[in-house]
Amino acid sequence: MQVASSLREALITGGKTVKDVSHDISRHVENKPTKLWWAAMAVSVAVMAYGFYCLCYLLWEGVGVWGLNKTVGWAWDITNFVWWVGIGHAGTLISAILLLFRQRWRMSINRAAEAMTIFAVICAATFPFAHMGRLWLGFYWVFPLPNTWGSLWANFNSPLLWDVFAISTYFTVSLVFWYMGLIPDFAVIRDRAVVQGAKIRAQVYNALSFGWQGGAKTWMRYESVALILAGLSTPLVLSVHTIVSMDFATSVIPGWHTTIFPPYFVAGAIFSGFAMVLTLLLITRKVFKLEDYITIYHIELMNIIIIITGSIVGIAYITELFIAWYSGVEYEGYAFYNRVSGPFAWSYWSMMTCNVISPQLFWIKKIRTSLVATFVLSIIVNIGMWFERFVIIVTSLHRDYIPSSWTMFSPTMYDIGEYLFTFGFFFTAFLLFAKFFPVINMAEVKSIVKVSSLEKKENASH
Amino acid sequence: MDADKHFIVGIFDDEEVLLKGIGKIRGNGVKIHDVYSPFPVHGIDDALSIKRSRLPIAAFLFGMTGTSLALLMQIWMLGYDWPMIIGGKNHASLPPFIPVTFELTVLLAALGMVGTFFIASDMKPYKWPRQFDLRSTDDKHVMAIDLAINSGKTKDELRSLLRESGASEVNEKSFE
Repeated sequence: MQVASSLREALITGGKTVKDVSHDISRHVENKPTKLWWAAMAVSVAVMAYGFYCLCYLLWEGVGVWGLNKTVGWAWDITNFVWWVGIGHAGTLISAILLLFRQRWRMSINRAAEAMTIFAVICAATFPFAHMGRLWLGFYWVFPLPNTWGSLWANFNSPLLWDVFAISTYFTVSLVFWYMGLIPDFAVIRDRAVVQGAKIRAQVYNALSFGWQGGAKTWMRYESVALILAGLSTPLVLSVHTIVSMDFATSVIPGWHTTIFPPYFVAGAIFSGFAMVLTLLLITRKVFKLEDYITIYHIELMNIIIIITGSIVGIAYITELFIAWYSGVEYEGYAFYNRVSGPFAWSYWSMMTCNVISPQLFWIKKIRTSLVATFVLSIIVNIGMWFERFVIIVTSLHRDYIPSSWTMFSPTMYDIGEYLFTFGFFFTAFLLFAKFFPVINMAEVKSIVKVSSLEKKENASH
Repeated sequence: MDADKHFIVGIFDDEEVLLKGIGKIRGNGVKIHDVYSPFPVHGIDDALSIKRSRLPIAAFLFGMTGTSLALLMQIWMLGYDWPMIIGGKNHASLPPFIPVTFELTVLLAALGMVGTFFIASDMKPYKWPRQFDLRSTDDKHVMAIDLAINSGKTKDELRSLLRESGASEVNEKSFE
């Protein structure tokens, strides 16, 4: 017996019935794409094509075409890698951790957020592979494959290798989790295609749905799979950015060698991920007219998560500064003095403004329930989080122990080009997803229509 | 009459009516073939006396396999097959092996459990399911009752029983 609470806010508005949910979500898959979709697709593919040229040139010429020099062996490549992996974290947080906490507001947004996770992880993975230079040998360096040098196995003591396993497991498990969620919804599109007489579409979506029928026993097993996948993904997602942070924290570079890194990176990842979810969903909601499913209330809740994680990130920045002084380690102290007042101070203060100050605006209800303010701030947060990784990587590397090897970093067109490639890929993939896959989890939303729609609430309160 | 071919199909609009209906129908000694729903209905497993899924056990066993394989692989590769001194540590020291072991545990548990789910539920991409009513993925709950198994009752008795139990529509469906 499900009870409609008159206290909790409605998650679905507009008097939607179960049938409306099928119709509102499936019709985007069934209809021809709009002109706007084609225009967006053209831009994304063009950007991706230019970026692909830069990537090919890099593989042909070598990593020297990037702006890396002297002690700056990592710069835009690893900045972009960490940034994209971080963005992915929100998808898993929404789909797994909020499932374990029984947060029903996750249901309207988990599908798109998980898609974002998968595409973001693919974007992230291109950078470590590209920075190996000889991509075709990369597999021998990172996977424990038998080889002609012994076999000389991969070094399992290295955090870089842990990262390979963390990212590939994270990608696979997220993909499986996302796909499992899609199965019943593919069956909805299949059955609608049968009714509409679209034979090919029916066949394709039946194959995608693995012949889903939705019997009572299958649903029970399905829910048990979803719960365990959520239970597995929760420590997994926390491990991924922890291990990414260990790439830095287990080294002896001042500014990297700190124990605060794992929780600080995880909080930052969720912070930037939610910002990207908001950027994407605000557009998707508008274009697909999903205002009744992704309501202002959903957006407000996501903004609250941004305040929390943004504040954690702010505390981490201040703690780093405090410990750099309080520890009395002069190298650490200099690294932070250089960040705050050195030649890259502009990037440090951009990071501070975008990540620590700007999300505090969400304490004001008017701002966190405003679509325009949320959209602008979500982009500012993502810029800030990019600068965070840039600050950590470049400012620590460009001042070596010997002043004679001090240097500066500036990106070349190939650094920028490869970053553009990932943007092109990300938006191309997201547009394809939005056209061919149901963007909202219909089965889950249907299960709450009765108890969480606005009309039911009104009836319950009388 | 052959089993698993001829069915009486009751359509239910509401999950609460459905749950009460299942109780009533089963109380009359009728065996229900299955109930197809557009979303998971909580309490339906108790109403239909479906046993708890053993998939968690499968996930645990696959996870343990992952743990063992990961540890064996790392200890064998770095401890025995080509021992090297890295950072002055033991050849096979456990702490640095934990992250990879954890990741492989999760990977095998997830993939193994999902694979088991597909096999147990007999789901494959090239299989077209038997559809009792196309609306079962849209907004209706569809109850199928096998006529051959319930030969103690006539079709008309089953029809009126479904109606009394709250079905908004009752149809017949036969498969070749």
